[in-house]
Amino acid sequence: MPVSTSSSRVIYDALKASGIRLVSALPETWLVHLIRMAEEDPEMLLIRLAKEEEGVGISAGAHLAGVKSAMLMQNHGFLASINAIVSCAQLYRIPLLMLISYRGEFGERDPWQTEGGSVTEDLLRALRIPFAYLDSPAHVASRILKAQTLAGSANKPVALLLCRDLMWEEPA
Amino acid sequence: MMRRLDALNAIYPRLQESIVVTIMGAVAAELQSIGHQPNFFYLQHAMGLASSMGLGIALSRPSKRVIVLDGDGSVLMNLGGLTTLARYQPKNLVHVVFDNESLLSVGGFPTATSTGSDLAAIAHASGIQHACTVTEVEALVVAVNDAIARRELATIVAKVEAVGPAAFVTDLGLLENRFEFQRWLRQH
Repeated sequence: MPVSTSSSRVIYDALKASGIRLVSALPETWLVHLIRMAEEDPEMLLIRLAKEEEGVGISAGAHLAGVKSAMLMQNHGFLASINAIVSCAQLYRIPLLMLISYRGEFGERDPWQTEGGSVTEDLLRALRIPFAYLDSPAHVASRILKAQTLAGSANKPVALLLCRDLMWEEPA
Repeated sequence: MMRRLDALNAIYPRLQESIVVTIMGAVAAELQSIGHQPNFFYLQHAMGLASSMGLGIALSRPSKRVIVLDGDGSVLMNLGGLTTLARYQPKNLVHVVFDNESLLSVGGFPTATSTGSDLAAIAHASGIQHACTVTEVEALVVAVNDAIARRELATIVAKVEAVGPAAFVTDLGLLENRFEFQRWLRQH
């Protein structure tokens, strides 16, 4: 599976360095290494979800209880979570760090991922969720830290889009 | 069958000494009418997520007891959440579901529990071993006390009458509640 292990490691280490101790996730191909790293890390609490919107509630509870968390999901999981993001995280001013695998952008081979890709950014803008791209290992650590800083100071959700150039290593 | 307000009054002493997360509408308004405390949080929207918030708090603060006051309409919106609760089995979480078999605050239309869907059976089949249904206040008090003493995850479905307060909006602002609750958790 050509999901980048080295990029996943850079992302995971940055999450740890920024104080994240709880990660909720629903598996998706690009997230396999990240989920495995969380699973193998005794300092990390990995919550496997049935549906992504649960993760919004879990992160809200963790935040109020003083634990920093992040959500790992596909962009279709973000679509499935929108009511929870609006009526829990935004209504109650919860800092929510969402790492969203950005399926369906240029280079996508799976036909079923293509619709979600074309609406992801417009929805983030419509929801006034600040977002940035993670598309190169060089800026992963600083963007994760800055995203978390803004989430905390603004008390609201922020998103980082995990891009194909970072997550997927095209076979030679 | 019991009235939810009587049920809340009967378990209020246990709520006072716990972290409490409630759903919106009648449950929040009735609990506030008995007496708000800074350790009570009312999720006034995001139907279905009170149990997920309770799970997040319970896992983050394993030494504190969390009681979630849920409803049939809300649980039906997040049945998958029962499987997540079961998966992590927080020993410090008691999940009480007030089942009035209707969506009372939006016209009283019947939910699927009115036609036989059994939330305690669904919880049990999800992997929550201690799941039961109670129909009287005294039985609810016993079930809550047992769950607290057992220190294992429990889902208690309390069948209640479909009656509620005249108004759902209270004097407590949503963000006032949220920041007060967070501050309380930080200090305790």
